[in-house]
Amino acid sequence: MSTETSLRDLLRIVIVGHVDHGKSTMVGRLFHDTGSLPEGKLEAIQAMCERRGMPFEWAFLMDAFQSERDQGITIDTSQIWFKSAQRDYTIIDAPGHREFLKNMITGAANADAAVMLIDAGQGVQQQSRTHAYLLQLLGVRQIVVVVNKMDLAGFAADRFAEIETTYRQYLADIGLQAAHIIPVVARDGDNIVTPSERMTWYRGKTLVEALDGFVSVGDLTSLPLRLPIQDVYKFDDRRILAGRVLSGRLTVGDRLLFSPSNKTARVASIEAWSAPAKTTAVAGESIGITLDEQLFIERGDLASHEDATPIETNVFQGRLFWLPNEPLQPGASYRLRLQTREVPVTVQEIKALYDVEQLTSAPSDIVPHHGIADVVLRSQAMLALDRLEENPKTGRFVLTDGVNLVAGGTISMDGYPNQRQLVTIRSSNLTEVEHTVTHANREQRNGHRGGVLWFTGLSGAGKSTIAMAVERELFRRGFQVYVLDGDNVRRGLNANLGFSPEDRAENIRRIGEVAALFADAGMVVITAFISPYRSDRQRARNAAHGTFHEVYIKADLAACELRDPKGLYRRARQGEIGNFTGVSAPYELPEDPELVVDTQVQSVEACVQQVIAYIERKFRA
Amino acid sequence: MDPLDRLESQSVYILREAFNQIDRLAMLWSLGKDSNVMVWLAKKAFFGHVPFPVMHIDTGKKFPEMYAFREKYARDWHLSLITDDCPPVEETDASLPPAARSAARKTLGLKNAIAKYGFNGIIAGIRRDEESVRAKERVFSPRGSEGSWDFRQQPPEFWDYFNTNLPAGTHLRVHPLLHWTEIDIWRYIRREQIPIVDLYFARDGKRYRSLGDQDITSPVASTAVTIDEIIAELEGTKTPERAGRAMDRETEDAFERLRAAGYM
Repeated sequence: MSTETSLRDLLRIVIVGHVDHGKSTMVGRLFHDTGSLPEGKLEAIQAMCERRGMPFEWAFLMDAFQSERDQGITIDTSQIWFKSAQRDYTIIDAPGHREFLKNMITGAANADAAVMLIDAGQGVQQQSRTHAYLLQLLGVRQIVVVVNKMDLAGFAADRFAEIETTYRQYLADIGLQAAHIIPVVARDGDNIVTPSERMTWYRGKTLVEALDGFVSVGDLTSLPLRLPIQDVYKFDDRRILAGRVLSGRLTVGDRLLFSPSNKTARVASIEAWSAPAKTTAVAGESIGITLDEQLFIERGDLASHEDATPIETNVFQGRLFWLPNEPLQPGASYRLRLQTREVPVTVQEIKALYDVEQLTSAPSDIVPHHGIADVVLRSQAMLALDRLEENPKTGRFVLTDGVNLVAGGTISMDGYPNQRQLVTIRSSNLTEVEHTVTHANREQRNGHRGGVLWFTGLSGAGKSTIAMAVERELFRRGFQVYVLDGDNVRRGLNANLGFSPEDRAENIRRIGEVAALFADAGMVVITAFISPYRSDRQRARNAAHGTFHEVYIKADLAACELRDPKGLYRRARQGEIGNFTGVSAPYELPEDPELVVDTQVQSVEACVQQVIAYIERKFRA
Repeated sequence: MDPLDRLESQSVYILREAFNQIDRLAMLWSLGKDSNVMVWLAKKAFFGHVPFPVMHIDTGKKFPEMYAFREKYARDWHLSLITDDCPPVEETDASLPPAARSAARKTLGLKNAIAKYGFNGIIAGIRRDEESVRAKERVFSPRGSEGSWDFRQQPPEFWDYFNTNLPAGTHLRVHPLLHWTEIDIWRYIRREQIPIVDLYFARDGKRYRSLGDQDITSPVASTAVTIDEIIAELEGTKTPERAGRAMDRETEDAFERLRAAGYM
């Protein structure tokens, strides 16, 4: 291990703000005043300026491209190192021009802290707000605000106070807080390293003092273990799983659970080359491990401990920023990347588009260039992830178009359940026993096949009414038939379940399994449940082994709310009932139902006849 | 984790991403201190192995000590070594200044080698702190079919999600040392005891701080004869590392033009 004393803390600072508010100039001054400029650099910049017949321009320190210097604008992000008396810094300069937002994000996403520049004359501008909003999404929480060009505002304390009040309010509204707000003249160095003699009314910290007060981004070792598998190596007789520990701690002997495959094994060793042997690894380390059994593990699997697992789901809600010129649209497919996992996803829905100026949100059919929106993404495969509040690493995702990154976002599950409990078989040593009474025997006696008619639709759409009428008519016609109804089942079989997304999913899982047993017994079973999630209905379909018929009892929200037979909508609107489908929880429309029964255009009697006719056609032997 | 552990972990992560995502990958080995650190990091990442070819694009103008170093460590480190020559200076862009033209031979040599072996990814040991144009680089940096760098249209890269899928006819430059500084390199060499050529140590009051071709690299005044002394010297200096590299400063945009055309 290192014995050096000279290794100092490194803090990465991004400089952001509206175009022309003086970001590059401030970086130049910061370097000059802390004595961090390399030899000859000042002279080189002077020469560049003379060649262009212009006054000295600090921005040329980081604007390395000829086109940046010629146009006087920062195009791409850059990094440069400097030292204060306290520690070392990496300065990340980010372009302020709207056109180069992707480069701003590239720079800012790597920062521990941010310096936001605001021009004293122009005040808070569009990118002052957009950049702050993006910092929030990117996870940069330490911010110092610098009100620049105070000389052009006559060093006026009241102008400074005005900007301070406006901007503090904006930051508070988006959940950020500035550690300091400092009046400066970057070009002349006022309040950069030395306190300004021209603004003696300001008694706060200088910029460098403020930066020295920040800390490097937190160590995630105290969070639950998350180790995404990056690769599996077999260069010699060892089979090594390689990856970087994102959070938590891993020790030899720990039992790991790999999601979403849900296999488990113990850590046999931590492997390394030319390094002391070790038995523990912590967040941030790129490691290699071997297991005590040979499991089929591949890139993209997420290892955790068994008692603190990630969420498993194939649908989630996220807030994303959208980079391409072409808008994001529902139905479009992208590649989702969750750490080392990469799978195709479809944009199921755009829930809300944000206006970062007014801080309002509204429904939208598209997410435009540089838009920020809440969207629902769905994949075929099961995903392992966390909510952002639980884990800043596994709570983030990006989308690619197959070549480049097109979006980045944070994960909230808002209304969507963790499906882990639903897909985990807890018992082992299970053996399937064959019946000696066959399906054909049952069909012959009953005169019809068994199967599931799965009614889905909003509360008030008419599921129970139609189901009960169909049951009566089928019974009259000699069918073995039974209705599983929502409220009835919740009194018994599912009495221990509430209405949280997880409980609703479990409710439907049990109904699906029970319905499948009825169908297997040769009966026609009709289920009448809202069953709002596609994944749940798909699981019920899988349970019924080919005898499943999805019936969409169709009526829109307005119609159902008008009917409101149980007074539930009224109570949901008044906030008395939470997680109410259509009001405060999602309803995912059937994608390709076997039958659509429209209760808005037909009478109940006609709807019943439509279902009966379908059953006669599909179930008669 | 101390700062060197963090640098190492990030580089290992980058190398593993490159190895997983890019088929037909090679690492450039200029025989200098940075590329030795890079080979060392590959051995860290792949548990003592370097699972791709290591390529020396030879201008024929390296110092004799460097060729001897190459033969010894290619053997000791079990490297799969490729050496390819560079075309003569006459074939380079005649509008470039003289030292830049000399450096541009390496760009042509690299371009030829990429075509010859069909590499889709080239790992190069550049660092952001070396030069302000390099400071703008991405970790995974796409190149046109001619090896050119479209620096005005660089793709976004954040949260360590690298752009690894590339359109046909292009290749990726991978930069695992981009986040390191010169002094980090020396501190890591000291900690890991990584071999380097003797030219970095002072002889007769001079040492090479950066090693390029003999004709366009000059030594700097120094009395540092140990790694500790080199680190102490760097902690006090304000002279930029590439002060001894002629091609960086011949004209204002010489280096930018070299890099746009595919220079490392």
